[in-house]
Parts: sequence; C-alpha cells; structure tokens
Amino acid sequence: MTDPILRIENVSKRFTRMPGLAERLVGKVTGGGKPVVVHALSDVSLNVAPGEVVGIVGESGCGKSTLGRVVTGIYAPSDGRVTLHGKPIARERGGNIDKLTTQVQMIHQDPFASLNPRMKVGETLAEGPRHHCIIPAGEVRARMRELLEKVGLEGAYADRLPHQFSGGQRQRVAIARALAMEPDLLVLDEAVASLDVSIQAQVLNLFMDLRRDLGLTALFISHDLSVVRHVCDRVAIMYLGRLVELAPADQLYAEPKHPYTSALFASVPTVGTGRRVFEAIKGEIPSPINPPSGCAFHPRCPLAGPRCRVEVPRLTDAGPARTVACHLNDGGVGLQDAAA
Amino acid sequence: MTAALEVKGLTTRFDTRGGAVTAVNDVSFTVEKGRILGLVGESGSGKSVTGFSIMGLIDAPGEVRAGQVLVDGSDLRGLSDEDMRKMRGSKVAMVFQDPMMTLNPVLRVGDQMAMAVRVHRKMSKNAALEEARKALETVGIPSPAERLKAYPHQLSGGMRQRVAIAMALLHSPSVIIADEATTALDVSIQGQILAEVRELADNTGAAIVWITHDLAVVSSLADDICVMYAGRIVERGTAAQVIGQPRHPYTKGLLESIPALHEPGTPLPQIPGSTPQLSRLPQGCPFRPRCPRATEICAKTPPEDTVDGQTVLCHHPLERS
Repeated sequence: MTDPILRIENVSKRFTRMPGLAERLVGKVTGGGKPVVVHALSDVSLNVAPGEVVGIVGESGCGKSTLGRVVTGIYAPSDGRVTLHGKPIARERGGNIDKLTTQVQMIHQDPFASLNPRMKVGETLAEGPRHHCIIPAGEVRARMRELLEKVGLEGAYADRLPHQFSGGQRQRVAIARALAMEPDLLVLDEAVASLDVSIQAQVLNLFMDLRRDLGLTALFISHDLSVVRHVCDRVAIMYLGRLVELAPADQLYAEPKHPYTSALFASVPTVGTGRRVFEAIKGEIPSPINPPSGCAFHPRCPLAGPRCRVEVPRLTDAGPARTVACHLNDGGVGLQDAAA
Repeated sequence: MTAALEVKGLTTRFDTRGGAVTAVNDVSFTVEKGRILGLVGESGSGKSVTGFSIMGLIDAPGEVRAGQVLVDGSDLRGLSDEDMRKMRGSKVAMVFQDPMMTLNPVLRVGDQMAMAVRVHRKMSKNAALEEARKALETVGIPSPAERLKAYPHQLSGGMRQRVAIAMALLHSPSVIIADEATTALDVSIQGQILAEVRELADNTGAAIVWITHDLAVVSSLADDICVMYAGRIVERGTAAQVIGQPRHPYTKGLLESIPALHEPGTPLPQIPGSTPQLSRLPQGCPFRPRCPRATEICAKTPPEDTVDGQTVLCHHPLERS
C-alpha cells in the first residue's frame, strides 16, 4: 500500500473554559468554579492514502467538524499529532502555516457565509494563488476562467458578485476556490448539507467528476449516510469525540459491526413505499463535557454489559481493513471478559 | 364525514418591489382525521407559505387572495382576527423548525405551557400544569413533572422540539401543521420523534400536515404526499403512488437524484438548472425549462390537473407501467 498523505495519530482536542470571577467566588463556598473541559476529540487515529476519499460521519457533538479543523490547522491538537506528507502540520513546532494553507483546503457548509459578499468571485478565486505566487500574475485571469469552467460555471461569471449566484452555484465557486490552490488534501465539512436535493445531486456529480479528473484526496465530513456512501471509499463513524468504527464503505453499509453504527442506519428514514417503523436509538446524545464512563455509547446501547461501563473499548481489527471500538469485538461485555 | 382539513384553491400573493409574487398558487388538498399529509418541495416552492396561510399568519406585504381553509367543515378564512386567534392553538396548531422560536427562553416550560392552556380554557393554574404534564408524557418526555420546572435552555434540542409538539397538542387540535419540525435534529432524535408523531396521529385522530424538503422522511411517515413546485402542487396522491410510481417529471427527477437509490460512485441523474424565481416564472408550465419531456404546448399553456390514480399537473405525465 502507498504511504498515506495524511496521518492522524492519537489526536485529542480539549476546549477549556476558565470560570469567571463570579463563578470562582461562588466556587469558593460551594466547591465548584472549576474549569469546564469539553472533550471534543479523544484519541483519534486515521490515515488517508493518496486519491482516497474518507467519510467522517456522526451526529452533532461527535467531533467530526473539530477533526476537520485540526486537519486544516485551524485548531492545534491538545495531544497527538497530524502529519501531511510526513511533516507535522501547522501550529505544532516545525509546522509551517503558510505552506499548509496551500496544501490543505476546506470547503464549508454555507456558501452564503464562506464567500466575501463584496468581492467579485474572480477576485475571491485569485486571492490565494496570488498571495502564494502559485501562478504568474499575467496568467491569473485566464486561470480563473478556466477554474470556473471546470466547476460548471461560465468564465464570464468572474466579474459577478456572490449575491448574483444561487446556492448551488455559490458552492461551485467555493469548490473552485479550494481547487485554485492545487491542494493535496480537501476537507469538505457538510459541503452539500444546505443544498436542495436536485442541486445536491449536481454538486455531488461535480465532485465525483473532479475527483476522477484530478485524483483528489479528501476528508468528506457529513451527517448524511447516503451521501457518504455514494462518494466515499472508506467511512469513519464517530461518537462523542471517538472513532468507533472504520471500514470500507461497501462493507460498512453491508454489515455494520458497532451497535451505534447499526442503530444509526436503522434510524435513518429511507425512500420507500409503505409505512415504516422507526427503530429509534433510545435516549439522548450525552454531553461531551461529562462523557459517560467506559464506552461513551453504553447508556444507549442495547447490547451493553458491565464491562462497557468501566472500560473504554479500544479499536480492534474486525476483518481486513476494518476496525471497530466495541467490547463485543474484543472478548465480550462481561466483567470477567476484561481480565481474559 | 367531513375531513379534518380541506384546503381549496388557496392562493397567497406577496406584493414586492420587484412585482407581485404568487407564492402559493391554487393549492388544494384534503387531510382526513388521523392521517398524515407530507407536503414536499425545495426551497422557494411555497410549502411553508402554504402552512402559514392555513394558520392565518400571513402578514403584509403578503395576502391570502383566494381559496378556502375548511377545518372540520367550517371556513377559517373570513374569520375576524379575534376569532382566528381563538382557533389558533385550539383547533389548528403549528410546530416550527426551531423550537427556540416557539418557546420563551425566560419562562419555565410549565409556566408557558399552562399559559397556553388557560388562553383557551378556564381553569386553575394547577389544573393547567397537570394538562401540560400529560402532554409532555404523550410525546415521550421522561419525568415530565420535573421538566415542567426547567427553562428551555436546560433542555436538549430534541427535548425542546418535543415540548413544542406537546404545546401544539394541549387542546387536542383537529389539525397540526409541522414545518420542517425535525430538520434541525440529529437522525437518531429525528427517528424517535417521527415514531411518536405517527403514534399521535393514530391515537389522537389529529390530521397532520408534515412540511419538509426530505422525501425520505415523508415516504416513511406520510399517508398522502403533495409535491410542490413554484407555488403549485404538481403531484398529489397516496405515499405509495407518489413514491412508488411518480407521474410528474419533477417528482421523478427528485426521487432519482437521491444518492441512496444508486450504485455508489455512479453519476446521479440530476435535474438541470435551478429552481426558478417566482417573480420571473416562465410562461406555460413553470417546470418546462428543466423538464426532459417538455414540448411546444408546455411553453404556451399552463398545464391543468389530470386525475388518473394520483393527480398530476402536467401536459405529459409519465405513463403508468
């Protein structure tokens, strides 16, 4: 197997909120007033090979967007490291933020927020390459037109402002802006979530075409299981800051191994005729400020045993190229299984 | 038997600087007691304005220009503001996408629910709180008595939406309109709420209009489906008819563009172009510029409803196989 472009090794990310003065004063009496720590990512490891598209799936608060931001260098990891081509990414010692932004590009959910409303889209597209001297100044305009055509817009649109475009067109502009930097890795964070179904299909087709033509490598972050299945080679399922299952897309959808993955699939409405009973997951997503002990999914898991309450499951092999973090795949859920 | 909700020829227009925009154009449908109608469409199709028009919540520059909204046989249109206010909440209730828009953030859940009870019925506050507790229980909120004392910010998104649904249920309304009520929620929470809504319709006999952009949600939840495009209902039938055998090219295009129905990695069939601006609708059929079946007549004459199993607004509906 080829060397991975991106290595995420045991990455954790914690956000700490220091208590205010009033809280500290009250805390002196009540014994509270301690810093609040949110465990957004806990011990996440993942490699991405060149030309691979890896889906990151989970519900809100699972840390999928935080992972995307750590990879793009927006956040520095609290523990662990992320390397691109073997070199640590920004905000770590020896990292180079300037270099990184040319190598990793992000596409955001809302193209209404991610494009500068006062800048002509041609300018928006040219800003990055110009700053980093990726293309000679004389060729910028021609290159911008070429990029716009590549994402299915007319070259002449370079002189328009974002408000003159529809949502789908804006998302095409956002994709063109990311491609303008000729990145090694794309991070798409819910990039089609805000689009209408008919427009979503257009943008997904564009992404698949570009991927084929340019050999893109990407992290595709989404809550939409059917979209992820359609465009990703491998899929990582996250729950409350941890990676719980990682598998090639076809295998994961054919046979999910983690109880959370199965439950997630069961609760997604599918298009079909006839009334369906929703097999909903019981309970709520716990708070990442106070995650449950042991396996974070145990309070909602139909298969949980005593071991799940005390021991955090490790990612273990579950067949070729797939791993799962569940005690069922690692001895069993009983307490005596832990010793074995 | 009179239907719980019958909408006839509903037309809502907005007078904007760019000219008059007909957001809802001659919309008609019927929902019987205990049935769920899915109203599906993309952004700008008029599905939400339809909901607001039924509730009598259209403000200037908008105006309901024509049509009838019959709830249990009596027309809501033409009621005075005062009478309409008496209907809202008691006979027809609405659930919105964002529960924080419904709930008052500075009042306890119980207090605002009790207030909603006592607006329409004379009773003591304690009796009203008991009504509120029962409603919370119906929507599957654990330890409802304690939740009454909570403020909205102390509840999770799913719980808040349950409270909003419970408030809609307080007076056992004949009609409940839910506008993208689970869109902002996670799938596992959405699954729980959809299951509860289905039970509600079956148990309470309320007629529910479920407005959403998500075909997968309506196909598994609704009994009947209306598909809207550019302010009009372009296809109307039972869920099995509309999903199983769509007859309008737009419905078919929408269904085909859903990734789940295709081999992973293959190009998705897509509807070309984008949704038209209502102020600049093309002549004839509004879907014509994007339609693979369009012919000359579509450019000239607006289509009329054809009834053949389901109702289709199209000159060239797809054949039944």
